[in-house]
Amino acid sequence: MSGSLTLAKRAAVAGRVVLAVGGGYGIAALATILLSLTLPLPRAEAVTAATLASFAVMVGVVVVAFAARSLGRAAAILGGLALALALALRLATGSFPFGFGS
Amino acid sequence: MKQGFRQSMAWLHTWSGLVVGWVLFAVFVTGTATYYRAEISRWMQPELHRQAAIGPEALAHAADLAVAHLEAHAGEARSWFIGLPTPERPLVELFWRTRPGTAPDHVLLDPRTGAPAAMRATKGGDLLYRFHFELHLPPLWGRWIVGICAMVMLVALVSGIVTHRRIFSDFFTLRRDKAAQRGWLDAHNVSGVLALPFHLMITYTGVVTLAIMYMPWGVTAAYKGDQFAYFAETGQITKARPAAGQPGTLAPVGPMVARALATIPEPLERLVVSNPRDANSTVVAVFEEPHGLSHEHPQVAFAGTSGTIVEVLSGGLRPAAKTFTTMVGLHEAHFAGPALRVLFFLCGLMGCAMVGSGLVLWTVARLPKAGTATGFGWRLVHTLNIGTIAGLPGGIAAYLIANRLLPADLAGRSEREVQAFFGVWILVAAAGAAANAWLAPRQAWRGALAAVAGLFAAAVLADLVLARALWDDPAWFLGFDAVLLAVAAGFALISRKVDRFRAPGRARREAAAAVGTPRMERA
Repeated sequence: MSGSLTLAKRAAVAGRVVLAVGGGYGIAALATILLSLTLPLPRAEAVTAATLASFAVMVGVVVVAFAARSLGRAAAILGGLALALALALRLATGSFPFGFGS
Repeated sequence: MKQGFRQSMAWLHTWSGLVVGWVLFAVFVTGTATYYRAEISRWMQPELHRQAAIGPEALAHAADLAVAHLEAHAGEARSWFIGLPTPERPLVELFWRTRPGTAPDHVLLDPRTGAPAAMRATKGGDLLYRFHFELHLPPLWGRWIVGICAMVMLVALVSGIVTHRRIFSDFFTLRRDKAAQRGWLDAHNVSGVLALPFHLMITYTGVVTLAIMYMPWGVTAAYKGDQFAYFAETGQITKARPAAGQPGTLAPVGPMVARALATIPEPLERLVVSNPRDANSTVVAVFEEPHGLSHEHPQVAFAGTSGTIVEVLSGGLRPAAKTFTTMVGLHEAHFAGPALRVLFFLCGLMGCAMVGSGLVLWTVARLPKAGTATGFGWRLVHTLNIGTIAGLPGGIAAYLIANRLLPADLAGRSEREVQAFFGVWILVAAAGAAANAWLAPRQAWRGALAAVAGLFAAAVLADLVLARALWDDPAWFLGFDAVLLAVAAGFALISRKVDRFRAPGRARREAAAAVGTPRMERA
């Protein structure tokens, strides 16, 4: 990564950072909501377990975002994950998170 | 990043670590010091004399005096926090907040008379404790910044582990006889790998302590955002009792303290009084954690106007909640006895060394060739490195010195101590930045680190000269001073090593044969 950094390279790095931060937090939040509502545990236990795990989820997503071969590929993987979680949430609760599309 | 997994992770490790390294260093240093928060507070108030045991009657009496003071001075506050005296800290400590968003009021009382305690005003170890997770910023800002940096640290740890081909042999590798960069890399690896379980544990559990703030969406979805309801349902706090809106009179708290002590066998730590002038006021007695890893305070809640028990919390958490409180307990290490606490402290120092050596490694690996000017980025990183790695410890030493030098009855005394802390920190950082103009990097490091060593030695001197007459236990204070001297000696040693380091003949010849001697080697 050393040497001359072209504008395209800089943009690609900036894109990864935005994708990793936004995507990582968004996917971790979606997973937390889904698990909080669906884990077969008492309500307080489900929320606690989901929240405790959420930070590991976020780290995993960030690593994937930076390890993917290209920015497009990283965006596709994270977008797919987010979509799958949102669909699962829709199935579990009958509404999309945060009121989208309901 | 069209490279292998390992290369992309090495890149991620370098840059994520650099971006948050300075904040992380400050968080590690103040967090490590916080293992001895109570000791730092005791050293900073040498007028305080410890007592033998404090009986139930004395505790009940102290609580009554505390409430009398609060009724006179804090009648409008929605909550009162009453820290009760212990043998180590025989003081009544009161906190209250009259309006949300304002700084809480704080006063220390003599537990026998109820008069303000006659001792120097200081924030003691609490300054470093709060800095550890709030950076002396408005709490919301500070906590978010520290949380984001902690998440980046987790990413840096995971990517750092991936980057290592030979994690086991790194345990035993410290090649000081090779080139400078190799030595710094090994130092970074040894401090990172040797205490790796600690680093992973402390970072994850640190984020977990504020988990519901950082990741509130589970509570939002399942409790419509009512965090009090969530915490009460997990069994960590007593159920909230909303204000009735009718005036009421608080019953004497002395008998409540006596009943609480009869209910729970642990030492009583504090009382929390909610809506003290309401018909539905609540008094919660909070006890110290029982022996064990879990951060789990037994609690007894009383109806404030009648003094009857409405709820008792004592153990019995379910698995996920127990996991949460155990993670918080691991982070705080309140369970650790003296020997284990030393180990936690040493692991914390390893964390400081890991972050610090990583920051230095970035600059050493990018040293400009002889004869070429340093770039702006390199100078910025180098300046911030000196400003943080030498500046913060220098500020801590100045905080201790100010505690001994400032007159005991000075107005705004504890704020002056905090100003000394930040003032000297900024001074060291500014001197390091100015030194860039005419000193080689190595000389700037040597001077800054020697200055820090001198400041810690001066703190010991100030204590011996100005406070010796006040010590209630000379051996204890001499022990604390010995630790400060050890810190001073550590900085002096590093300063000397930076000064004396010569690359061995082979590395020097190779470097000379290539493109002349790099600047750091030459100094």
